[in-house]
This record gives sequence, structure tokens and C-alpha cells, in this order.
Amino acid sequence: MLVERHHPAMVRLALGYVRSRAVAEEVAQDAWLGLLRGLDGFEGRASLRTWLFQIVVNRAISTGRREHRYLPVDDRELENDDGAFSQDGWWMTPPAHWADLAVDRIAARDVADRIQDLISRLPAGQRQVVTLRDVEGLPSVEVCLILGITEANQRVLLHRARSRIRSLLEREVMT
Amino acid sequence: MRRRRAPSGHDMTCRQAVALVTDYLDGALTGEQAALFRAHLAECPHCTEHLAQIRVTVAATGQVGIDDLDPLARADLIDLYRRWRAGT
Repeated sequence: MLVERHHPAMVRLALGYVRSRAVAEEVAQDAWLGLLRGLDGFEGRASLRTWLFQIVVNRAISTGRREHRYLPVDDRELENDDGAFSQDGWWMTPPAHWADLAVDRIAARDVADRIQDLISRLPAGQRQVVTLRDVEGLPSVEVCLILGITEANQRVLLHRARSRIRSLLEREVMT
Repeated sequence: MRRRRAPSGHDMTCRQAVALVTDYLDGALTGEQAALFRAHLAECPHCTEHLAQIRVTVAATGQVGIDDLDPLARADLIDLYRRWRAGT
């Protein structure tokens, strides 16, 4: 069923822009209503999913503005967790090796919960992109269409979000 | 004329390699960049590990949100749909 497949993702997407889950639910429902009424000009050029997610973003932004919540860019977006490098660009402290150990642990429910919690605290741009790309598994092109950003911009945000989640996993695995 | 040679692992620093991981995984590097990246990885166990960690990260993030629709939200939607079908 279309609703079951897309609705949770639409609510998560809206949560990037509005304060509460209740409002995010409203935004997502509003998008479905738009679809049912055929009012929002779906012309079959984009996939239905892209179009639905775009409606969610547009409505969430206007709702978020009314809530004085929507902040397009945040200074924290500039932080980077890539690691520490010497001036000439080599690892200062080589990374701990844990990727092999982590494979067994990542399926654990509490790890997913912690990642979800971290994503909810990421700056808006990173949160949108990582949610659509890595939680929902959408392709890059579609995510750019939905969010109205360039592919390069999208990859910068994705890179930062993944770096943060990587650090979280490292702490989970090493402790 | 520039001499052509196979890229070596030292043509790219670790900092550069790590910065390009997302582009690499998205297939967004040029052929030359991708060759440099692979050459660096072939000689650098640390950056190889970092790439493996990012792959694990992407897989772990994919575990998030396989939750079902909130039952209340689902009931709302079905109700919405019924009303729409009934033309009210």
C-alpha cells in the first residue's frame, strides 16, 4: 500500500522542518490530501514518490516558518568529523580498526535507535539528506530534486552526516 | 609532453582520500580521481579501514526506520481516504 510505504518517510522528512511529530503528521497528511485531490499539479514528469516528498518539503517549510522554526543553514553544518590529520595530510592518529567487529553489532535494535536519535539532532540539511539517502535509500538524483539542491551540495551534507554517524558507531563498538 | 605513469599511493594524501569517500561511493569522481583514490587505498590500510567504516555506517543507517506506520496515523489516513472516496 502506497501510504504504508511512504508515510513514515514523509513524516520523518517533515520533522526536519517543524517542531513536533503531530505537526509533521499533519504536513504528511496534507500532502496525501493534495495527492487525492490531484490539486498539486502532478504531471507525471517526476516519480510519484519524488513529487510527494517535494510537496512535504514545501509544506513543511511554510509550516515551519509560521512556527519560527525553519533555519536553512546552521553553523554546525560546517563541523567535520573526518579525523585528525597532520599538516601534510597523513593520519595523525591512525583510525582504530573496528569495521569487521561492527558488522555483528549494527543489527542490534539499540544501535539503530541511537543512530535515529543522532540523526534527529543533526543540522537540518544533513538530516534531510542522510534520511532520504541512507535511511530511505533514495538515489542521489531524486534527493536533489526533492530538496532542490545540487549534487555536490548534497554530497557535502551526506559526507558530514555519515562522519557523525561513523563516530557514534565507533564509540558504540569500542566501549 | 607530460609523462604518463600509473598513480602511486602517495599522489593523494590521507586527508584528501577521506574527504573524497562520499564522492567515491556515489561514483562522482572523475576517472583520474578514482584511479588516484584506488591507488592510495591499495597502499594505505588506514584509509581502507575508514572506507570500510563508512560502508558499515551506511548499512547501519539503513537499519533505522524500518518501523511500521504509527497505528494512529494509519487510522487517520484510512479515514481520510474513505471520506475522500465518499466525496465529502
